[in-house]
Amino acid sequence: MSASRIAPDAKVMLKHGAGGRAMRELIQQVFVGDAKAPADGGIGLAAMDDGAALRVGDEWLVMTTDSYVVKPPFFPGGDIGRLAVSGTVNDLSMMGATEIAALTCAVIIEEGFPRADLERIKASISAACAEAGTAIVTGDTKVMGRGEIDGIVLNTAGVAFTRRVVPDCGLALGDQIIVTGTIGDHGLAVMALRHSLELEGELCSDVAPLNGLIRRALEAGGEGVVAMKDPTRGGLASTLHEMAGKSRVGIVLKASRIPVSPSVQATGELLGIDPMHAANEGKAVLGVRPDAAASVLAALRSHPLGRQAEIVGSCVAQRPGFVILDTGFGLRLLVEPEGELLPRIC
Amino acid sequence: MCLGVPGKVVSIDGLLATVDFFGIRRNVRLDIVDEPVEPGDYVMNHVGFAICRIPPAEVEETLALYEHLLAAMSKEDLLAADIRGEIGPAGEKKNE
Amino acid sequence: MSDIGGNRLQFRDPGRAAAMAEMLERLVREIGRDPVSVMHVCGSHEQAIARFGLRAIFPRQLEVIMGPGCPVCVTDMPEVDEAVALAEDGVRIATYGDMLRVPGTARSLADAQAAGARIDVVYSVTQAAQLAANLDEELVFFASGFETTAVATAALLLSGPPANFSILSAHKYIPPVMEIVAEMPQTRVEGFLAAGHAATITGCAIFERFVERHGIPVVVAGFEPLDILAGLAKLLELIRDRRAEVANMYPRCVRREGNLRAQEVLWKVFRPVGGRWRGIAHVPNGNLRLRDEWSHFDARRRFKIDVSRLWEFAPPSLAQSCICGNIMAGIASPSACTLFGKECVPDNPVGACMVSSEGTCRIWHQYGGQLDLRQS
Repeated sequence: MSASRIAPDAKVMLKHGAGGRAMRELIQQVFVGDAKAPADGGIGLAAMDDGAALRVGDEWLVMTTDSYVVKPPFFPGGDIGRLAVSGTVNDLSMMGATEIAALTCAVIIEEGFPRADLERIKASISAACAEAGTAIVTGDTKVMGRGEIDGIVLNTAGVAFTRRVVPDCGLALGDQIIVTGTIGDHGLAVMALRHSLELEGELCSDVAPLNGLIRRALEAGGEGVVAMKDPTRGGLASTLHEMAGKSRVGIVLKASRIPVSPSVQATGELLGIDPMHAANEGKAVLGVRPDAAASVLAALRSHPLGRQAEIVGSCVAQRPGFVILDTGFGLRLLVEPEGELLPRIC
Repeated sequence: MCLGVPGKVVSIDGLLATVDFFGIRRNVRLDIVDEPVEPGDYVMNHVGFAICRIPPAEVEETLALYEHLLAAMSKEDLLAADIRGEIGPAGEKKNE
Repeated sequence: MSDIGGNRLQFRDPGRAAAMAEMLERLVREIGRDPVSVMHVCGSHEQAIARFGLRAIFPRQLEVIMGPGCPVCVTDMPEVDEAVALAEDGVRIATYGDMLRVPGTARSLADAQAAGARIDVVYSVTQAAQLAANLDEELVFFASGFETTAVATAALLLSGPPANFSILSAHKYIPPVMEIVAEMPQTRVEGFLAAGHAATITGCAIFERFVERHGIPVVVAGFEPLDILAGLAKLLELIRDRRAEVANMYPRCVRREGNLRAQEVLWKVFRPVGGRWRGIAHVPNGNLRLRDEWSHFDARRRFKIDVSRLWEFAPPSLAQSCICGNIMAGIASPSACTLFGKECVPDNPVGACMVSSEGTCRIWHQYGGQLDLRQS
């Protein structure tokens, strides 16, 4: 573990929000502290899962919240509105709760933000809600002075009910790792735009609500689906590290099996960025018992958002907490990204 | 230290070329290439500058050189020959 | 036939790679020493080796040492301090993404950014100049990279950038540092894998005098898996046959004389000066600075850069205990360093080996020692 000496003048840095180790450590140290798990055997803050699960009668109430800032707010394949709905729907889905009861949405707007953009974002929120079969039932609006925030910030929270909660730590030896489609699309599309890299091509965010897709996987796999997580910030690499660490297994991946679109592959090569480090907003990682893997894979592929699903690896006893990549040439450790993704020259 | 990516020149406007990098296009400057570059040529890009033109013949030649290296080895070494036999001419992945 | 796109996959063919690994195995057996140590001086070689997992198929006796080949990692703290001081004085800075998190004496540019400094990450110096053209204020481009990247900076200056644009050069020049490593006492390096893209500019003839002086072979190699394996095979062949020669295994980009136009551009704008490379040594002619004719674009002339305030609480003396040079030379391991894991950690690195994500110290720290993934 990395040293946890905290200097009195320590500051929160961008890397603490980038989804990697630095972020997990900050959350652990500042927010989780000695938080206890809910008394009824549910999932609370300490689990640092995608959301919380509280016992209500014979069901679980699953809830989550997330804030969204994205520069720029509109990007190929989506916008901050679609992102805010999808992100929260996906966090609930990753807990096994695919029937989304309702969402909330709070909006903080910088003075001077174009009204037309706001309406465009609202339309996008509505469309994404319709896709996910849910609705915003309450909200809040604040306006801040110029320069006090950057454009627009959204926060969404969501609740859903389920009879079975799927944690992100349920992996056991032999379990198969499934990725529901191509990776890195969102992260590279947004980065190319943010740093004005002037790349022409088909880079496009994958942002989408996944509850329909996950419902199909759960119907097919039942109890055989033992762990789920969406590889957002930090990408597939961070997500797998977290799952391997919490489940105390090693994960071996086959590089040739990991779906990557040609445009993402090309951009990654050009900018020196591993697509496995880039964010996804419409993909999920599933840990599945070996005997359920084929049926879950088939179910995922029968859904429009899961056509390119693949079994990318499996869980092993060696090196618990590590993710090992079989490149086709040899084995290597997959490292977690540190901080924000940046174009590289070397 | 110097991330270089080969790409195919699509069009040229003065010292600026549009280059296709396996599906992604970007402008690349031709200020420092020391050979004439034409659409269809391959160039090596580093930080938005073409640092050389890649002659297609040299690519073929490099591949041939590697084949030659391996062939020379296998002539000397039966073990290596066995391995080449196993892999086959198309070089399918054995471990799949 | 001449489609490089298709050919590229052939440079990534695992089957041929396995055959080449077998060849390496045979060559080290023929050499008969254990270990046989070679060094690459190119971060991109390390990236490719790591990315494709090539270390796992290297013969056990072959030690491929990562030399001082990452221009960002070897940028010394006082150089980073200059950029940080400018940024903290309110000057807008543009730089390559690699440079953002490299720590100076007290802070990195990322730290300065978190404290409110304005820093733009760019992919190309061209992009930085375009940004300047749209600004009413000064923009300083903090320029890092070896000669390959310095040529781009030079070409941009020659094309007439806007007047509010200037360069803070931390560019480095590789050939001199190879001399330093070769001359380190106890060095075990028996051959060098030279950087293909730097050699595209300088040509491979530049290594001929080096080879003569030190009696060590140099092989110029490319960056695809087969390029690297073939380069190593050639290097081992030269070591086995005791032939101190320069071999060009990257002829599709490298010529003997190099890219003459690029060299002309480079030396028109830059001159080599001596300077410290982080954690290594003072490298004579290892840094590239703007020539006097270009002083009007030199941020060091345009601004009064006061770095002294950054040194108040963090004496640069820490760096003097750093043994990165020895680690890179393959004569010490991170555990021999008194700073390792204490003053020097990934979040707050002292030496180059901890800065780089593929650096020896970083990997040791992250994974608790050297991890051997070779399948026996």
